[in-house]
Amino acid sequence: MIDIPPYPPLDPSNYDLIVVGTGVSESVLAAAASSSGSSVLHLDPNPFYGSHFASLSLPDLTSFLHSNSVSPPPSPSSPPLPPSNNHDFISVDLVNRSLYSSVEISSFESEILEEHSRRFNVDLAGPRVVFCADESINLMLKSGANNYVEFKSIDASFVGDSSGELRNVPDSRAAIFKDKSLTLLEKNQLMKFFKLVQSHLASSTEKDDSTTVKISEEDMESPFVDFLSKMRLPPKIKSIILYAIAMLDYDQDNTETCRHLLKTKEGIDRLALYITSMGRFSNALGALIYPIYGQGELPQAFCRRAAVKGCIYVLRMPITALLLDKETGGYKGVRLASGQEIFSQKLILDPCVTVGLESLSSLTDQQNETLSVLVPKSMINKEKIARGVCVIRGSVKANVSNALVVYPPKSLFPEQLTAIRVLQLGSGLAVCPADMHVLYLSTLCDNDDQGIKALLSAMSNLISLPVPENRQSDSVVENDTSETKPILLWRALYVQELVKGEFGGTISSMPSPDGNLNYNEIVESAVKLYEKLMGSEELFKEETSPAENTTEEENDGGVEIED
Amino acid sequence: MHGRPRNASKPEEEAASAAKAVQLRSLQSQFMTNHHDKIYTNEAIELSTKLLEINPEAYTAWNYRKLAVEDRLARIEPDPNLVSAILDEELRVVESALRQNFKSYGAWHHRKWVLSKGHSSVGNELRLLEKFQKLDSRNFHAWNYRRFVVELTNRSEQDELQYTDDMINNNFSNYSAWHNRSVLLSSLLAQNADGFMPNIKIPEEYDFVHSAIFTEPDDQSGWFYHLWLLDQTLNVETPLLTSSWPSHGSSIILSGAGCLSGSSSMFTTFCSESGSFPLILYFDQAVGGVSSSTVTIDSELKGNEGLVWEPIPNKNSQVSCVWVARLKYVSSDPCEYKVKIRVGNSPGIVSSRGYNFNAPYEFVFTAHVHDTVEDSQEGIVSWTDGFDIWDAKSKDLNSLVTLDRLNAEMDFKWRQEAIDSEVECFGILPDSKIGKLTLARLLMAREAMVSDDAVKGVHYEEILQLYNDLMALDSSHYQYYKDEHSKAFLHKVTSSSESLSRHLLRYRDMNNLVCLRLNNLSLSRIASVEKLLFVQMLDLSHNELHSTEGLEAMQLLSCLNLSHNRIRSFSALDSLRHVKQLKVLDVSHNHIGKHSVDTTRYLCSSPLSNSELGQDDVGKQNPGLVTKYWDAYCVLTDLNLKQLDIAGNEIAGEEFSSFVLQVVPKLVWLDGQKKLGN
Repeated sequence: MIDIPPYPPLDPSNYDLIVVGTGVSESVLAAAASSSGSSVLHLDPNPFYGSHFASLSLPDLTSFLHSNSVSPPPSPSSPPLPPSNNHDFISVDLVNRSLYSSVEISSFESEILEEHSRRFNVDLAGPRVVFCADESINLMLKSGANNYVEFKSIDASFVGDSSGELRNVPDSRAAIFKDKSLTLLEKNQLMKFFKLVQSHLASSTEKDDSTTVKISEEDMESPFVDFLSKMRLPPKIKSIILYAIAMLDYDQDNTETCRHLLKTKEGIDRLALYITSMGRFSNALGALIYPIYGQGELPQAFCRRAAVKGCIYVLRMPITALLLDKETGGYKGVRLASGQEIFSQKLILDPCVTVGLESLSSLTDQQNETLSVLVPKSMINKEKIARGVCVIRGSVKANVSNALVVYPPKSLFPEQLTAIRVLQLGSGLAVCPADMHVLYLSTLCDNDDQGIKALLSAMSNLISLPVPENRQSDSVVENDTSETKPILLWRALYVQELVKGEFGGTISSMPSPDGNLNYNEIVESAVKLYEKLMGSEELFKEETSPAENTTEEENDGGVEIED
Repeated sequence: MHGRPRNASKPEEEAASAAKAVQLRSLQSQFMTNHHDKIYTNEAIELSTKLLEINPEAYTAWNYRKLAVEDRLARIEPDPNLVSAILDEELRVVESALRQNFKSYGAWHHRKWVLSKGHSSVGNELRLLEKFQKLDSRNFHAWNYRRFVVELTNRSEQDELQYTDDMINNNFSNYSAWHNRSVLLSSLLAQNADGFMPNIKIPEEYDFVHSAIFTEPDDQSGWFYHLWLLDQTLNVETPLLTSSWPSHGSSIILSGAGCLSGSSSMFTTFCSESGSFPLILYFDQAVGGVSSSTVTIDSELKGNEGLVWEPIPNKNSQVSCVWVARLKYVSSDPCEYKVKIRVGNSPGIVSSRGYNFNAPYEFVFTAHVHDTVEDSQEGIVSWTDGFDIWDAKSKDLNSLVTLDRLNAEMDFKWRQEAIDSEVECFGILPDSKIGKLTLARLLMAREAMVSDDAVKGVHYEEILQLYNDLMALDSSHYQYYKDEHSKAFLHKVTSSSESLSRHLLRYRDMNNLVCLRLNNLSLSRIASVEKLLFVQMLDLSHNELHSTEGLEAMQLLSCLNLSHNRIRSFSALDSLRHVKQLKVLDVSHNHIGKHSVDTTRYLCSSPLSNSELGQDDVGKQNPGLVTKYWDAYCVLTDLNLKQLDIAGNEIAGEEFSSFVLQVVPKLVWLDGQKKLGN
């Protein structure tokens, strides 16, 4: 890291828990642990909150991606410090794993962007939104983090294809009614299917289910895509349900390439999330909301909550080494970049923090055991996620500012294996200057080229790219009708590795941002880890005083959505 | 506002409401005193405000306030500021009353009253309405009031139409919005407002409502609107002549009472003791103004100037679909006459909705007057023997083709196209009862529009099947589907000469009467009568008829068989009173008298409402029986029956038989027995 300002030594130097990194899951844990009375030290090597979930200005985003991309700077290979001054411990140096590769950032109208550069709040882990009925919302309400963040609705969602046309996702009764692209029979079939799902959900919550229709157990275990076929839904509607409502990634019709074939049971759960999201907040337009000032607000809100409960925060503070007990090999503490040694019962680390293989060789088995979660695993099927950020002038759809666009598998080109999701956000969310929009794209991929190709294809479908790029100009489909499309001002393309979190007793490693549209899996893993760390203790238990909760619910669950 | 479960109140809530009632009662009595003494002081008015804020339903209090406002307005200077201060206070009270109860008739009416004074700003009203309509978008009070305000503000109907668009897009289960849409469109279409041509707008509206219907076929709002659209498509406003008897180009044989020797079976023979025959005009909708000046007759038959046209069934009514005049002839003067009738030559025939009959129609027929050879016979009419097959060359069936003139209508094409596309559309809506019903209705409408003989009648099988399905699917509306099934069946029978002739016969014994046999078809109602005006003998036995409604137009009918049906009283035969020609009636094996309480009895003239009843000889001799059998008495006294079969009904018996013989002295045959001593 760059130059570290001199820090006064931290006091106290002993904590129940040290958390490194201020991503969503780290922040949820820090907040949960502090509110249950543990003493927590929360560190972040960066000068901002959010780690990989941060929302940054364009220059900050650029430098973050560059400094965290492959070809890691040969880490300050200052000869390993003398094992330790203190003879009770041995210290193990840490290595920063880079999550990003194929980073390419291009600016097309630099003057304008420079003028406004600080008015951008661009997400690192976009596109990402919150479903109104998400567990993350419940967690915010429970913890009180909702007091620090405001949301607005995503106005519309669309399904796109190679024709360049964006069709509304008919996700509600009124939307089906208004839809212009569905035939009458399709409207009928789709609504019937929604009613079946609703009736199934109603029957599973109410005991008295004599009249309601239920989906059979057998069907629940079958692949969701087969169940949709069984319901005689036409391909067009199946694709809308699978990729634009259930938000699946892999082509469910292609068993060879599909890494995750969804079961009906899971499919129904995903629809249930969507359906319950639609009506949860009366002032939300649809199922999806997004935090004003960017998704970096979310981890920050939990951090503020943690701070209120006594958690100590230090930014710009990397840790350089772990301290292990010489005798037992157990974890003792960390050494900060400032040189100070801090001790804790437990340690939670950002996914970037790893241990170099060379340093393991000199350690005992017990010591290796302690550090096992920090050793990068070589995965067989290395799934990655390609992300893109575009700053554009104009909007991908007239009269719509905040919108989600989904390109189902094979909708753009025959070899497209996974769905591509695009999220457009406007100045109403305070993420960019007026008359511009920020466009986030993502798709799962096996390798960088495949992912980048898919993203470029989606981009050329939505926006007019100024000049054929120096790289892979063949993948950019030239379009004559690009006159009306929004104009690209700035673009970042990068591929991010998907790292799973790991619980390792005293030391745990958190997951990287995943490929999902929402925070559910991230939050879920944080909750699970908390339960393991703290036994069965419930998250934010003390916050759930009923009185407080009800007033919050009336206040639209604290999710302030303004128009 | 909708779908909220009602919970039983808790004891403390009951206590609270009891306390409120006590308070309310004392307020109410004070208020009544004020009202009675016409006290309009500030305190008294304040009291009524309090009362209304608790109970907006206190209509008297609203009326009191109106009086109070009038009183105050009369006292002050005509300064607009003072006036509007008083009225604004009223608006405020109404608003808070509405917050208490959004559905208070009194409150909404009071607001209208205040607004009509013309001193208040109407701009606020729409804003207030937006607020209320957000809370309950379907509330019809708010929609009513909206229409009122819109009229006051001169807001354009197009803008209001856009508003219904928005409301429907928001939630299409909003019948109030659909209704307002139909009101606005009717008005815009009637004005021929910019771009509002029915041939363009109506198909657009079909597209719009299809989305609602297909998205949720179980929701009623869309279907109601669809029904309205269908009505707009099918209803040709100007009345048309549907059929007549005699029909154009036909020949009839007229004679006095009795039989003709060797009359041709080619033509309808009409015998009359009175020396007149009916001329029947059948319109597609009720019209008035049919008279000797609007319908002119050019004929060699003497004595028919200034014909009297009577509406059937109700003489006193101004309008009817069926109009009858009686043409005189002299049977001792055998000859051939041409008769030319012109309908609507001079204006004056107007539909009940105010549209002029503007398609003058002329028809010509030939009347052969024959001398009577034999004396009238009084033989019994049999329903089993003595029939000859129908001669297909008869011209009587001309009456089947008159409807085709509809095609001459200028805007007929879009209507036909609209119905065609509707048929196509609802053909794909599966498993919906209302969908099937709509499809059946559409197919019926389509049949009515078809003029090409090649494709005429091709849909009836499908229609009948749809109604059969519906009867099986939806037993609670069985009778309705049954009736519609009967209608469709009769439409099918009368759709072509060929299909109708299969049911036609001639009855040899009585001058080759035209006999139509529609027995054993499980008919529950009569239809297509306009095409059967020439029928003289009708066999409807072994059906499921409940009434003879519709038969009144068949002025030539002289023999009617209704045996083995479901007639429950003589009141159900009421329409037969207008069939003056009826001589033979068989109502045996029905349910007359079976139900001691039969509500249909009370729909017709009853002993209490008809003072003339029982004033004749029978009534004077036997007031008890007349009271007991008043409905039979009503019907039978008006008929000239020679033959009646009543056996197999609860009512039948010696007492009733003797009563019948008294009431119908001319009766010859009763239940197959020749009347003795006659």
